This record gives sequence, C-alpha cells and structure tokens, in this order.
Amino acid sequence: MSDLLSIDALLIAACAWFAIGLAGLLAPRETHFVSKFLFPAGALVGLLAGVVALNFLGQAPQVAVLAIGLPDLPFHLRLDNLTAIFAMLIGFVSVGISIFGAGYFREGEGTAPGLLCLEYHLFLASMLMVLLADDAYAFMVAWESMALSSFFLVTTNHQHAEIRRAGFLYLLIAHVGAIAILLSFGVMTGGAGDYRFDGMRAQQLSPFWSSAAYLLALFGFGAKAGLLPVHVWLPEAHPAAPSPVSAMMSGVMLKTAIYGLLRVSFDLLHTPLWWWGVVALAVGLATALFGVLYSTVQSDMKRLLAYSSIENIGLIAVAIGLALIFHAYRMEALAALAMTAVLYHCLAHAGFKSLLFLATGSVLHATKERSLGKLGGLIHRMPWVAWLALTGVIAGAGLPPLSGFVSEWLLLQGFLFSPGLPHPWLNMVVPVGAALVVLVAALAGFAMVKFFGIIFLGQMREENLKEAHDAGWWERAGLAWLALLTVLLGVLPTTVILRIDAATRQLLGTGLTDRMREHGWWMLAPISPERASYQPLVFLAVIAASVLLGRWLVRHLYHGRVRRTQAWDCGYYFQGPRAQDTAEGFSQPIRRIFEPMFRMERHFPTARDEQPYYSVKVEDHFWHWLYLPVAKLAERMSGLIIRLQGGRIAIYLLYSFLTLIVLLLVARP
Amino acid sequence: MNIIGLLAQLFAIALALFLAPLLTGWVNQCRAWLQSRTAPPLLQPYYMLHKLFNKDVVLAHGASSLFRFAPFIVFGCMVLACAIVPTLSTDLPFAPAADTIALVGVFGLARIFIALAAMDVGTSFGSLGGRREMLIGFLAEPALLMVIFTTALISQSTSVATIVETLAQREFAIYPSLAFAGVAFTFVSFAENARVPVDNPATHLELTMIHEAMILEYSGRHLALLEWAASLKLYAYSCLGLALFFPWGIPNGDSFPALLAAIPLLVFKLAIGGSLLAIIETVNAKMRIFRAPEYLGTAFLLAVLGLLVRLLLETRV
Repeated sequence: MSDLLSIDALLIAACAWFAIGLAGLLAPRETHFVSKFLFPAGALVGLLAGVVALNFLGQAPQVAVLAIGLPDLPFHLRLDNLTAIFAMLIGFVSVGISIFGAGYFREGEGTAPGLLCLEYHLFLASMLMVLLADDAYAFMVAWESMALSSFFLVTTNHQHAEIRRAGFLYLLIAHVGAIAILLSFGVMTGGAGDYRFDGMRAQQLSPFWSSAAYLLALFGFGAKAGLLPVHVWLPEAHPAAPSPVSAMMSGVMLKTAIYGLLRVSFDLLHTPLWWWGVVALAVGLATALFGVLYSTVQSDMKRLLAYSSIENIGLIAVAIGLALIFHAYRMEALAALAMTAVLYHCLAHAGFKSLLFLATGSVLHATKERSLGKLGGLIHRMPWVAWLALTGVIAGAGLPPLSGFVSEWLLLQGFLFSPGLPHPWLNMVVPVGAALVVLVAALAGFAMVKFFGIIFLGQMREENLKEAHDAGWWERAGLAWLALLTVLLGVLPTTVILRIDAATRQLLGTGLTDRMREHGWWMLAPISPERASYQPLVFLAVIAASVLLGRWLVRHLYHGRVRRTQAWDCGYYFQGPRAQDTAEGFSQPIRRIFEPMFRMERHFPTARDEQPYYSVKVEDHFWHWLYLPVAKLAERMSGLIIRLQGGRIAIYLLYSFLTLIVLLLVARP
Repeated sequence: MNIIGLLAQLFAIALALFLAPLLTGWVNQCRAWLQSRTAPPLLQPYYMLHKLFNKDVVLAHGASSLFRFAPFIVFGCMVLACAIVPTLSTDLPFAPAADTIALVGVFGLARIFIALAAMDVGTSFGSLGGRREMLIGFLAEPALLMVIFTTALISQSTSVATIVETLAQREFAIYPSLAFAGVAFTFVSFAENARVPVDNPATHLELTMIHEAMILEYSGRHLALLEWAASLKLYAYSCLGLALFFPWGIPNGDSFPALLAAIPLLVFKLAIGGSLLAIIETVNAKMRIFRAPEYLGTAFLLAVLGLLVRLLLETRV
C-alpha cells in the first residue's frame, strides 16, 4: 500500500461504489443478485474506505487533480485529516447499513432493486466526493449529485402521494441550501475568481464579507443538516424513505453538512469573530431543544428518530459554536476540547442513529406498522433486534458507558471553561447554556425510553404482532456491526480521540493529545486527571462485576426459584393491552409542561358524548409561522406573474419586441 | 492503583452496602417518631431484604428477560455510584473512573433501566410510573448540573475527590454560592430519591406514586435488589451532599486507621442528615405531579443564582 496514495485509494473506493451501482442496472429485477452480491460488495468497499481513512489520520495532506469537469476547470481533490475523519465515518457506518440492506431490500417495494442499488451507491460515492472536493465547482457537483441521488432514494415508494410530497419538500430545501452554499463560496473567492479552496484560504476578507460568507454557509449547510428553521424536511423525508436510506441520510449525510460547516468556518475562513460562535450556539440550542421536544411527542417511530436527529445536530452545532467562541478568543486548547466533542458526536450519532433507524426497518418488515400505537411487546418475538436496539437507545439517551455520553461529557467539560471568556456577559450566559444541554440530554432519555418501551416492551397492542418474526441474519449482522461501533466508541474514548486529534490539530493548530498521552489509554482526562476524568472501562467493569457477583451470591445464598402468574390487575378484571400507555399518553406530561412549544389540535370527550373519542394532533409552529406565509407569498407572486403569461404567441412576440426597443434605448452608444 | 488502595475501595463499597439499609431504617424511625407512631425496629430494612431474598420470584406472564435483568443493572449502577462518592477517603482507585457529570450519568442509566423494566409487563401502573420517573429525571438533571457547575467552578474540577479536597483541606473560606447550591441540591435529591414533596415512599396504589408504581410487579429477590438499590441511592446522594457541602473530616489517604477513624464521623453526619430528611418529609405534603416542574424549576433557579453569585461576586475579589 505504500506506493498507493490514500487519496487514490479513496478515489478507487468512490469509483468502485459507482461501478457496483452501474452493475445493478445489468439486472435491475434480479433481487437475489443485487441484494446478496452487490450490497455486500458495497459493504466491503466501505470497510476498505474506512480503513484507508483511519490509517491516513495524522499524515500530511495529499492532493490530486482529475481531468474531468469543465475544460479549464478540472476537479481538484484533497485529502486532509478533516476529510479523513468523515470519510472514515462514511466507510465504517456504510458497512453496517449495506450489510443490513442485503437482507432488507426485496421485491415489489417501489423502485426496482437494481435501480435502487445504483441510487444507493451513487449516493455513497457522491458523499465521499463531497469530502474530497478541493474546489467549489467539484464540491457543488458532488453536493448536487448527493442531493439528487438521495431524493430518488427517498421517493422509492413513489406511488404514495405523501412520499412524493416529502421528496419534493426535501429537494426544495436542499436547493435553497445549495444556493446559499454557492453564494457563500462566491463571497469567499473575494472577486478573484479562484474557485479552488486554496485560493479562498489565501483571501483576506473584510469582517463584513467573511461574516456574510459564514452566515450563508451556516444557512446552507444548516438546511442540509436540519438546523432551525430549515429542519422541516427531516421529519417528512426520513419516514418516507426505506429504513437503510433513512439510516444513511440521518447517520451519514447530515454529517457531510457538518463537515461543510467545519470546512468553511474553521479552514476557509480562518479568522472567526466571536459572535459567529454565539449565533451557532444559540441556533444549536434552539434546534436541540426543539428537536428533542418534538421527538418525545411523536407517534410514528421513524418520525421520532428524525426529530431526535435534529436534536443531535443541534448539539453538534452547540459544540461548533463553543469551539468558534474559544477559537475567536485564541483559547485554542479549549477550542480543541469543543472541537473534539463535535467530531466525537458526529461519529457517535452516525453509529447509534443508523442502528436505530435500521431497527425500525426490521420492525417495519416484521409488522408492516410504523405507528407506535400499534406496536408493543416485540422483545418476545424479535429479541435480536430488541437487544441490539437497546444499545442504540442507551447511546442515544447520552448515558454512560456508550458512545453518546463521551461527546456530551466533552461538551459539558467545554462549557465548564466558558466562565473564563474575556467578554463582559458571555461568561455569564454561556454556562447556563450547559443546563439546556443537560435538559436536552435528559429529554432525549425520555424520548428513547418511549421509543424502546412502546415498541419492544409491554403487551402486544395488536393481534397481528404475534406473527412478527425476528430479523434475518444479514439484518442482524448489520445491526450488530453498528452496535459494536457504538460500544467501542463508548468504552475506548481515549484511543479514538488520539486518532481524531489530527483533525482538531489541523483546524486549530493544537489538540488534546499532548496532555492525554501522559495518562493510560483507559483514562479520558482531556485537561488533567485532577480536573476531570472518565474511565468507561472501569465504569463498565464495576457495574458488570456487581451484576455478576450479585447474581452469583443471590443464587448461591438463597435460591433461583421463579413462578409465573398473571400480572397484578389492581382488582380490575379487564387489564388488556389497551390499559398500557399509548404513544400519546406517554408524552402527555411533555405536552402539558411545554404547551406553548407545540401547535396542538385536541379533541376531548365530554361527559355526555355518545361515542366519546380523544384525539391530539401536534404540528410544527414553523409551518404556520414561516412556511405557509412564504408559500402564500410565492403563490401570490406567481398569480401576478401569470398575468404577463397570457398563453398567446402574439403577446409574447410583443414582449420581445418591447424588450428590444427598451434595450436599444438604454444601450444607445 | 495498589493493593491497599483496592482493599480500601472494597471496604468503602462494603460499608455502603451495609450502611445504606441502616440509613433508610433510621429515616423511617425518625419519621415514625415525628408522626407519633410506634417506630419500626432500626434493622427493619435488613429483615425485609432477608425475607424478600428467601421468597420466590413471581413473574408476570408478559415479563421479558429485560425485566429480570434490570434489577441487577440498577443495583450495579448504585454500587458504582457509592464507589465513586468519597465517603471515607478522597484517594480511592475508582474515584477517577467517573467525575460528577458521569455520576449523574450513572443515575441516569439506572433510571432508564428501571423505567424500561416498569414498562415491560405492560400494565397501566408500570408505564405510568415509568413516564413519571423520566419526567422527574429531566426536570431534576439540569438543576443538578448547575449545582455541580457551581462547585466545579470553586474547585476548578468536576472530580468529586478534588472538590472535596479543595473545600475541606485547603484554607477555610465561606462561599455564598454554595448556600444556594446546597438548597438546590436538597430540592433535587428529594425528587431523585422519591421523597415526600414529589413522591411518597410509604404509599402503595395511590395515583400519585412514582417509584412504587414502577416496581409494583417486582417480587422476591428482584424486589430485594431494587429496595437495596433505592437505599444505596439515598446513601450515595446523602454522601454526595455531605461531600460537596460538609466535606470536613474526610481524610486524604488510604491507610486503614484513617479510614476507620472516619467512620464515626460519617455515621454521625448521616444520622443528622437522615433526621433532617425525616423532618422535612413530615412537615411537607405530597405535591400534585404537575407541581413538580415548579418545584424543580425553583431548584434550577436557585442553582443558577448560585452560579451567578459565584461568577459575579466571588471571582472579582
């Protein structure tokens, strides 16, 4: 491998994905060939890409120029440590998703399997190209092919009108975002016309223009990542897409937007202003709180996870904001701490959220049901899926000793240093933001308990769930791979951080490793062990030892007798599955406490109702505050414009004639 | 990590396992006295545990393996919590395993498992208890974190051992911010330990209960473990409170004479704390569940005040 550059290896991976996709077209209806041969091959490519990127970490950047593209504008590619982190993420996470996909995609579900295979692998390849791109042109081409291929993946089951609608919304917001990104690149060239990223780095922009570029990038990448207020496509597109696609979009694609934001704000615009961080922090906190509150009140399992993704993106944005603030004040060591939290949460979220989305796919296939109100008790029928999903649930709730906790812990450690900021009021306000982060994490626990408890625990709410079957071996293997990633990221934080520190070092000039190397690999102490430390392995060992010892002692000192009987019915004879909490019932406290946050339509039965019914519908405020007014405005504008468009050729000719006259008058020499 | 240290650590855990039911028994006894009832014996919790371990486990038909597994996890989490909180010494080998933030995480992990186990059988009480427990959890955790932030700002560390060392073993100073934080911590620990203004440990089958509703389906050794874990949690919270706000007398060393000398002081402090707990429980009435946000919101505000007092007044000397 020594004479093969890593960048070439990654390019080969992208081409291999593309080729696998094309191979799907050879036999678009041969489900067996596509799923049992092409998807595993895609997984293998993903594994290779991940390993190459992992090995590259810590090396000097590599560049390449591809002679495709416009005549005098070839594709510039560059592999540096930031790219490598995210390429590693794509590679390793896609392994699990592709293996799962091998068991998941089957005949008769919308798009032909071969076509789906093309879209899926094109999606993967374009995400990798987004990371490798080193000029605005290549970046936008890759970015657009990513958006388009994922659009077609979302609309796999295009026979349903709601899915087409969700796909359209996704495409629309993706393009609004893409315009903002394009404008941001335009601003960053500073009028010099050099669209290579190197040219942008060399530009010395005035604070006004660099702020403009930053805000445009925040909006554009935020639209892809799901930051407020351009998040509305996420809860529509994720439930519409097949589960492996949802997993890919939520776990991986959202992270390319984070990559873009990091690339622009830390690399291309190298001198951030302190208020950029405040903006990202505020937007991130709002997004996280909004996302988690809405995720707790959802009744559709994939929608719940989609809102939870919004929450996690919000947390990542909070960490980016913190890193920007510290970076702007030249407190690089602390910025490195926050940046590590950003990168770690990207990895952690990619693992556990893909896992959970895939688990919903297995549940969906086993039960044909997405609504939480009609599930329940599946741990008895699907133990594999249930126990693997539990890993994701614990990580998703941000609890030790799994992956979600490490990044949250790092983030909170970062917040603890914010009182040291040399700014009159930031040092007072920012620490309170940490309380919001904890509120979000605790609410995420609520949402995750709801997700797992209502799907997998309790009694089966419907008769047909008794026929549910556990996932096949391919699906189990995919889930197990992602669960393994989640556990490893949870218990080996120091090993991981020593690796990803190369990217932090590249962006900020300093990293965490200098201090961390002095302690053992089992101890995570980013600043010093006296200051704060966390040893997940000891943590896990103590819990495991007390569980095992406790079990052994109880069995040997006493006995292991168990009797089975009816659950206690409190004296009421009817205690069927209907007596359990529904999805709506479970989140009732949240709806009540945070009532102003939701737009609710409720119907309560009165005492005299002949046929009492209860219903609650929760809607997003932003639809009514932002989207519907904009849609109305667009409609009114087009109503005005349509007057010009009479449909008669003579009138159009008249327009051309008038335009010509006006031009002649204006452009008179 | 040497052998002596490890032994000291194991000794501290064993002491926690032994003292925790005693603390619960003491609180019950104080409460009975205050309410003019005949008090149960001080050792009643041990008799209870022994009886429960001897009994058969009666499982509901719908109970899954998670239901049988959860009590052990919850118990393990509480043992870990007791191992981290310094009781006898600040220099214990497991202390760097988790700082205060991770300690909150340990309690969170136990909470998730007990809430999931409550939902497992699929009765209305179980899921009601589970959802209320999660409700109290997300209301209490931000306040608890603000308390931790305040103490961490004073000692420049989130490690419990360092906080105790700073407060107890350096020069004496009065921190007004700690007063706010201490009150907030008391509020939070009442809510977290299912104590009176928020939950009532003495009732069964009342619509307002939380913790008892979750463990309603448990019996035999599982129930014994959960009861033991609940008293361990009370013990861990009490010790955390003592460590953060009354740390004097916790030695910094792992020699056994020092450890043994620290025990009477610890027992004394816990006895005082337990009787205060009983008094507060007696003079208060249980709140409606939807008053809990106000109660814990107050705790949060006090904790933020503590933080601001720390930032505004104490750093500009």
